[in-house]
Amino acid sequence: MKIVGQAVPHESARGHVTGEALYTDDLLSRFPGLLHAWPVLSPHAHARLLKLDAAPALDEPGVCAILTGADVPGENDSGAARHDEPLFPAEIMYHQQPVAWVLGETLEAARLGAARVVAEYQPLHPVLTIEDAILAGSFHSPPMRIVRGDSQSALASSPHRFEGELAIGGQEHFYLETQSSIAWLDESGGIMVESSTQHPSETQEIVARALGIARHQVTVECLRMGGAFGGKEVQANPYSAIAALGAWKTRRPVRVRLPRFLDMALTGKRHPFLARFSAGFDHDGHILALKLVLYSDAGWSLDLSEPVMARALFHSDNCYFIPALDATGLICLTHKTSQTAFRGFGGPQGMLVIEDVLDRIARTLSLPPEIVRERNFYREGHSTHYGQPVKDAGRIARIWNQLKETSNLVPRRAEIERYNAAHPHRKRGIAITPVKFGISFTATMFNQAGALVLIYKDGSVQVNHGGTEMGQGLHTKIRQIAAESLGVPESAIRIMPPRTDKIPNTSATAASASSDLNGAAVVDACSQLKARLAPVAAGLLGADASEIHFADGNVSAGNKALPFAQVVEAAYRQRIPLFAQGFYRTPEIHYDPQTMQGRPFYYFAYGAAVSEVEIDGFTGEYRVLRTDILHDVGESLSPLVDRGQVEGGFIQGLGWLTLEELVWDSQGRLMTNGASTYKLPAWSELPQEFHVEFLTRAAEPGVVFGSKAVGEPPLMLAISVREALRDAIAAFGSGGVVALDSPATLERVFWAVKRARSRQPVRELSAAGVSNG
Amino acid sequence: MSSSRQLRSGQVEFLVNGERVQADLSLHTTLLDFLRSRDLTGAKEGCAEGECGACAVVLVKSNSSASGAADSTFSPINSCLMLLPMAAGQEIYTVEALAGSKDLAAVQQAMVDHGGSQCGYCTPGFVMSLFAEYYRPGRTGACDPHAMAGNLCRCTGYRPIRDAALSLAAAPEDSFCERLSRPAPAIDSVELESRGSIFQRPGTLAKCLALLSADPQARLVAGATDLVVESNLRGRRFSHLISVEALPELRAFREDEREVELGAALALSEIPVLWKDAPQVLRDWMELFASPLIRNRATLGGNLATASPIGDSAPLLLALDAQVRLAGTEGERIIPLASFFTGYRQTALGPGELIVSILIPKPLPQNVRFFKVAKRKMDDISTVAAAFAINLDSNGRVARARLAYGGVAPVPLRVLQAEEALLGGSWDESVIQRAQKVLERTLKPISDHRGSAAYRLAMAGSLLEKFWWEQHEEAVA
Repeated sequence: MKIVGQAVPHESARGHVTGEALYTDDLLSRFPGLLHAWPVLSPHAHARLLKLDAAPALDEPGVCAILTGADVPGENDSGAARHDEPLFPAEIMYHQQPVAWVLGETLEAARLGAARVVAEYQPLHPVLTIEDAILAGSFHSPPMRIVRGDSQSALASSPHRFEGELAIGGQEHFYLETQSSIAWLDESGGIMVESSTQHPSETQEIVARALGIARHQVTVECLRMGGAFGGKEVQANPYSAIAALGAWKTRRPVRVRLPRFLDMALTGKRHPFLARFSAGFDHDGHILALKLVLYSDAGWSLDLSEPVMARALFHSDNCYFIPALDATGLICLTHKTSQTAFRGFGGPQGMLVIEDVLDRIARTLSLPPEIVRERNFYREGHSTHYGQPVKDAGRIARIWNQLKETSNLVPRRAEIERYNAAHPHRKRGIAITPVKFGISFTATMFNQAGALVLIYKDGSVQVNHGGTEMGQGLHTKIRQIAAESLGVPESAIRIMPPRTDKIPNTSATAASASSDLNGAAVVDACSQLKARLAPVAAGLLGADASEIHFADGNVSAGNKALPFAQVVEAAYRQRIPLFAQGFYRTPEIHYDPQTMQGRPFYYFAYGAAVSEVEIDGFTGEYRVLRTDILHDVGESLSPLVDRGQVEGGFIQGLGWLTLEELVWDSQGRLMTNGASTYKLPAWSELPQEFHVEFLTRAAEPGVVFGSKAVGEPPLMLAISVREALRDAIAAFGSGGVVALDSPATLERVFWAVKRARSRQPVRELSAAGVSNG
Repeated sequence: MSSSRQLRSGQVEFLVNGERVQADLSLHTTLLDFLRSRDLTGAKEGCAEGECGACAVVLVKSNSSASGAADSTFSPINSCLMLLPMAAGQEIYTVEALAGSKDLAAVQQAMVDHGGSQCGYCTPGFVMSLFAEYYRPGRTGACDPHAMAGNLCRCTGYRPIRDAALSLAAAPEDSFCERLSRPAPAIDSVELESRGSIFQRPGTLAKCLALLSADPQARLVAGATDLVVESNLRGRRFSHLISVEALPELRAFREDEREVELGAALALSEIPVLWKDAPQVLRDWMELFASPLIRNRATLGGNLATASPIGDSAPLLLALDAQVRLAGTEGERIIPLASFFTGYRQTALGPGELIVSILIPKPLPQNVRFFKVAKRKMDDISTVAAAFAINLDSNGRVARARLAYGGVAPVPLRVLQAEEALLGGSWDESVIQRAQKVLERTLKPISDHRGSAAYRLAMAGSLLEKFWWEQHEEAVA
């Protein structure tokens, strides 16, 4: 029986429902003498630290030690991209930035000790918004730019033109498990770190850097994460480094776990963006030229902001051929948390802008938005603005047409019009939007992965690979891949938690590519092992090695078969090595970061969604009545996992675009720093009717078992909800462009309805914060 | 277990998964912290403020619904919002108790089969909420997914969890059913003291008032869903807590032809169960009031006494002309709720005084609705809340009007001038507009992260119009 492609439950599902699945902070009782760490927090968003007197903390009963810059034997920095993140800063760069850490026998002692530390600051002027950063020229890097054609003259000669602006809010990851690390000295004087990290190798690098020791002295393991979504790609590093510094200093195990209110105040988020655009188009709605400037609010350090911006620029075409496109990206340095990777990694912001622009074109011309969208689709033979041929461009229209059909888009539009005519204070809207998402790390070197497969004499197998499990089902897929490859049942395969002493120099579990990369590495290792076992089996079965077949726990030739374990035992006796390393590097990709041209992506993942909403004009409240999704996952490796990624990604995207709102006040304090002030989608946000289908006949050649990446692309299907809201808002008026900043909170929708009704520009009144990130 | 053994000791005793446990008194350690320190790490801390439900466990409570034969029911709660001494005498089950040595419990198996977990961190909490629903006495049909409305999941988008709930039929006759056939533990009086920390749970109102007057620093606590947020998030520490959970006077329900009296310490979820013919508006209100996990602990008295301008209870109770019965060592008094709120988070409660009950006069108004505008429809804090109650005379003119709001002023309030603007007018658009103008003139809301002042002001008038329109639309239809 084929194992790959079966709808199996999550590999840890049993542990999840019983509570037996362990996360980093569940291990505390295994560490006698463990110390708890609590930070001393700066009360300013931007300041110079004048004086730090930590000694009074030691008077607090139960306080064992204080960590300051003086305790760093190596380099006082955790910046991955650029060494710009001091662990113990002299200049405060965001509100509540830790300036020291107190270690106590209990968390309470550490917290009380931290309150006793005396710090003096000289406040400096903070830059808190994109607008302020533009005025102050506060940028992390020089502009990034992709140019195709002459957009200036194409704009000038376009029959229609407009200019516009779109503010796009950020998003808190709100992984249910906050940042957690435990570090202790191992038996031989090295350091061991149990960390909730998406990138054990980089955590290892940063710990080694801070301690001033070689990386082989540091081992990092990640059992599993309680969600990550990009928020633990680099942001786990400083907390692991603090735990390691504490263990190094005290020789005792040290735990760092951020409570939610600190996790939200200290860690980075999805980048808020501001887009300014000029578009030129013809009478039929064909876009002829687009001049685009994207500003990202990157916060205090560079972090992953450059590749995030690059991906935003790469995805500012979404599924559309734009003959003349001039896209510039500027990364703003502000005195806020360091914004970072988050599912989609800039792609969602880039895509949102072009979808916003196309809706404006449609409403300027009084054409249905879906007609304008499909008229602009890429066709076979087209290339993107960064010079990559659009592989399988025909799938865009194929998905689109099939979904229009199955969702009954056209008849429902007529129905909605009837409903709206009868209801002055409630309006419905519907929209269909497509997704094209490039798969691969844009930094070509990261597109490699290793695996180590160990067969024991009883035929049981341990699989080590470089990917971490954060709920996305990677281990589930890897187990299916390994079982399928070796022809053994899944129960014979155990997936080991990733450790840096098993697979070195791994890439982050990110960019949706982890089953592509690690899965292929596992296949490679399994193939080598089968190649070694086949001659052994051939000898035992009296067959030729070429006839040997591995399936269902047996090794067979024709109608003769032996149990896998028996062949393994025989191989051992013949002194055949029963372990193999696998390796994979993505072929054919290349990309020049200077010109921003090349083939950064191995392939594209496609999808489309139709959403219908209903708005209450009295309040701006709305609900999603129905969503239909058709998504391209290639040949699904694991349908239950993939459906979970599509549905969960969609709802997370819906949260980003509708109700999740980050508000900072004029001092740079995050006002939405807890679950009571920052609202995630709950039951009430689940569409009343929700249909999800996978595209059939979609095998992706050259990718493991014909599958496609699925982690990030579905998030952007939620753009259909925002566009449906704009459609419903428009129905309150008599046509015209609907400007709507993101997220579309009920308040923003309320004012947009008011504008549509009055057909007069009503100035949008924002909430108290200076910036609605 | 008898309460006398806990008298004046520093040890809290209760049952966890059928085993008696003891813990040192602490007034900031939560039940969640305690369970995790005992290696019961299934319950997780996701937010520490009762919003996410990852820490959910169940208490065995009396089955007040009288539906089903059971004496008891499993009541899911947020263990992050229960301070350790509040668990004294309780019987608690955690996710670790559910599975047999080989087989998963039905609710667990359903979650596995439907792909209800991804990262798994929130899963034990969902499982416990679903477990309580699965064994709910008198349940017919599938499990109601809304039983898990106090649980947040960041991975799945809820659809598979919903399907897991809908796949579950009647619960088997197993040891959990058997447990529910027996009475729940009585929540008796306790008195705990250790190293300067005092926790008292008196058994009579008189005792409670005496304790309260003896220590003006003592803090009164009911379900603690607000108080523990203060300690978890803001580091607030208490030295003396007096719990009202064992006071029969505060847990009473009484209904006669003149009024309904709701004990101040009834859990919110108990109210619609006890008030069997409660009007629809009360049920609508409860659905919007926090989440099931909170409603199993939070109380009306607590919600009023914190005097938050955005509390969910005040607007409706104001519109219903509710009164509050207060008790102090001087005796009892009854005052209108409208005069209870004296300023931002200030009340008419004197030193040593507490709320015994809330009185709702009968008959209830003809037309009454509760509205809550919040960023998220369910389990959110309101940006603006409003309750409107209108009686029309035989000529269709407004004979009585109550317009009550939360979130538009430092206190929850009735807008008397706007009510007057409605009186005597015919119930139509013009009279609504008149009242809207008054609202616009009178109210001065603030801007914060939940909404701008302009939006709040707009909502004050807009909700009134919506109230009118929906009745009008109904009449037309």
